[in-house]
Amino acid sequence: MIIAERKLMEEIKRLVAPFKKVLVAGCGTCVAVCWAGGEKEVGILASQLRLARNAEGNKITVLEATVERQCEKEMVLELKDKVAEVEAVLSLACGAGVQTMAELFEDKPVFPAVNTTFIGKPEKEGLWTEMCGACGDCFLDRTGGVCPVVRCAKGLLNGPCGGTRKGGKCEIDPEKDCAWVLIYRRLEKQGRLALMREYNPPKNYRAVKRPGRIQAVKA
Amino acid sequence: MSKEIVAFCCQHSAYPAADLAGKSGLRYAENVRIIRVPCAGRIDVIHILKAFEKGVAAVLVLGCEEGACHHITGNDRAKERVKYAEMLLKEVGADGGRVKMYNLSPNAPHKFVKILDEVSKKIADEEKQK
Repeated sequence: MIIAERKLMEEIKRLVAPFKKVLVAGCGTCVAVCWAGGEKEVGILASQLRLARNAEGNKITVLEATVERQCEKEMVLELKDKVAEVEAVLSLACGAGVQTMAELFEDKPVFPAVNTTFIGKPEKEGLWTEMCGACGDCFLDRTGGVCPVVRCAKGLLNGPCGGTRKGGKCEIDPEKDCAWVLIYRRLEKQGRLALMREYNPPKNYRAVKRPGRIQAVKA
Repeated sequence: MSKEIVAFCCQHSAYPAADLAGKSGLRYAENVRIIRVPCAGRIDVIHILKAFEKGVAAVLVLGCEEGACHHITGNDRAKERVKYAEMLLKEVGADGGRVKMYNLSPNAPHKFVKILDEVSKKIADEEKQK
């Protein structure tokens, strides 16, 4: 899923400083799971904004709303009436959600309240790690399902480098596992270690033309 | 009358302690508003923030003694949430010290009154200094 992190309060306050009535809009999918922009976080941010502005003696009215997915027009349109009431929107969705909202309500400024960071998975409660770089040329079949493009600090396609620490940790960050050690161990379990000796040619990083676009073929 | 202090009281510990304080004729600050909750773990950061939005002077979360939570880990969760609320309040320039978690047993009316008196006095002093 898409992982995001809330922006610093100072920055958010600055974004809405000229406005007296704003909507804090959350998204109930990825950003809700990574505790950045779900219904709960919408409530917290709205409350913090009111407290901050009250303390400054410059009151603000903050409306709150969360839709299931802010990257889908039909769902964002549910907010039409609320958006009409406010001067600006603070979106807690990922970049796709912010842009969908900005496209639908062109007459209102839509500001991001989170930084969209990466595609990842939860490791444990409150900890997410990057898993996929959306490179458009997946070769997880040759690496035992471990992606060295994002999980190796150097993005090596033919690893490991000479810097792997004892215990299979990365030389850049001793807290992180060396992706190539993980790949070796996985392939060993599968009896496919021969793949370690095979040369992986340079990846085609132009596999996805930016901006990416996929047209599904209807069955 | 000075600003209100909201005390979220767990119904298995602080609330019976408050009840006992009343039955024993103990007096505590009159600006304290007690809200009975099924467990301190029921309190979420949004409850604490909303209370401050309403203009309270302080929020107290009173739960069972450590290791004695009726719902096993409710008081531990409450402690973490209070810490988080403290951080959120500091982020908006408010006094994070105005939200506190205390642990007490149901048969501790004197401790209950002592906590409320201390907090109430501390707030009154701080208000005077402003």
